[in-house]
Amino acid sequence: MASQLVMYEEEFHRINAVCDRLTKDANAKVVFLVDKNGQLISAAGQTHNIDTTSLASLTAGNVAAMGGLAKLIGENEFPNQFHEGAKDSLYMTLVGGRVVLVVIFDNRTSLGLVRLRIKKASDELEKIFAALTARASVPGAGSPFAEISDADIDNLFSE
Amino acid sequence: MSFINYSSREINCKIVYYGPGLCGKTTNLQYIYNKTNPETKGKLISLSTETDRTLFFDFLPLSLGEIRGFKTRFHLYTVPGQVFYDASRKLILKGVDGVVFVADSQVERMEANIESLDNLRINLKEQGYDLDKIPFVMQYNKRDLPNAVPVEELRKVLNPRNVTERQAVAPTGVGVFDTLKDVAKLVLTELKKGGQ
Repeated sequence: MASQLVMYEEEFHRINAVCDRLTKDANAKVVFLVDKNGQLISAAGQTHNIDTTSLASLTAGNVAAMGGLAKLIGENEFPNQFHEGAKDSLYMTLVGGRVVLVVIFDNRTSLGLVRLRIKKASDELEKIFAALTARASVPGAGSPFAEISDADIDNLFSE
Repeated sequence: MSFINYSSREINCKIVYYGPGLCGKTTNLQYIYNKTNPETKGKLISLSTETDRTLFFDFLPLSLGEIRGFKTRFHLYTVPGQVFYDASRKLILKGVDGVVFVADSQVERMEANIESLDNLRINLKEQGYDLDKIPFVMQYNKRDLPNAVPVEELRKVLNPRNVTERQAVAPTGVGVFDTLKDVAKLVLTELKKGGQ
């Protein structure tokens, strides 16, 4: 079974900083970082009008479906996807086989610039996630839930 | 696979509702969506065909409250039940923390139940999970129908391990929240074990 994703304060700030910078450097509207299982990790830019939870889940569904399609034709994965809309477009990149970087942009920038900036950001993110994985595998780095009692769990459901 | 964020103090878990076509997986989610406070739920997303059959998945994010300062969020998914959507069904199981099997109690759907349960076991195995080891709840749905098989019989065929089970009538909500609570509890208990 794949190990769970654990995010720590330090890495979380570094990831948010990369997403913020990518939004500015690529002149994008929004940048999202989504776990392949559909959990939203980070969001930067004009996120206020977007249902980020739904976006994360649909991104993961889309990446999973495209991954399935890739395997059918003998590819391992389609690491990059581009969807062009009338006004806004969307670019998805797999980072380290584990998370998906999603960039939404309009005609104030270009696909070329977005791709260029994504490349740099995804290299940085890959290093951060490698560090996170190493950190989570250190013995004793268990979940905070080791401390909870059955009563805590019961309390959650007692209305 | 849960996602624990120490920075935002959140924990996210994924629960999948599995079962044969038209057994009531989507109806479970719709009832939960209709009966929860707006502040605790997100949008219910349904990727379905024109005839309202689930094509890829339904998705409902739900907040259950806090445990030791951590917000607990559950992401509920359904799979498409129809046999030929197997490729899509496998994808939804990726990263699952807990499974609810919604069985159709009608006598003529017994074979479909068995086939779907076998399919669940196989698809989980492909993702590296063992149905006997992950949090798993059995729901006998459509208990109100006249052609419903007695629970003892359903249990014999579908639940020989005697995992937590619930009787339900999903459109009216009977057993729906009980099932959700059962599986959520099992998932949290599993997390607790994993952290020790």
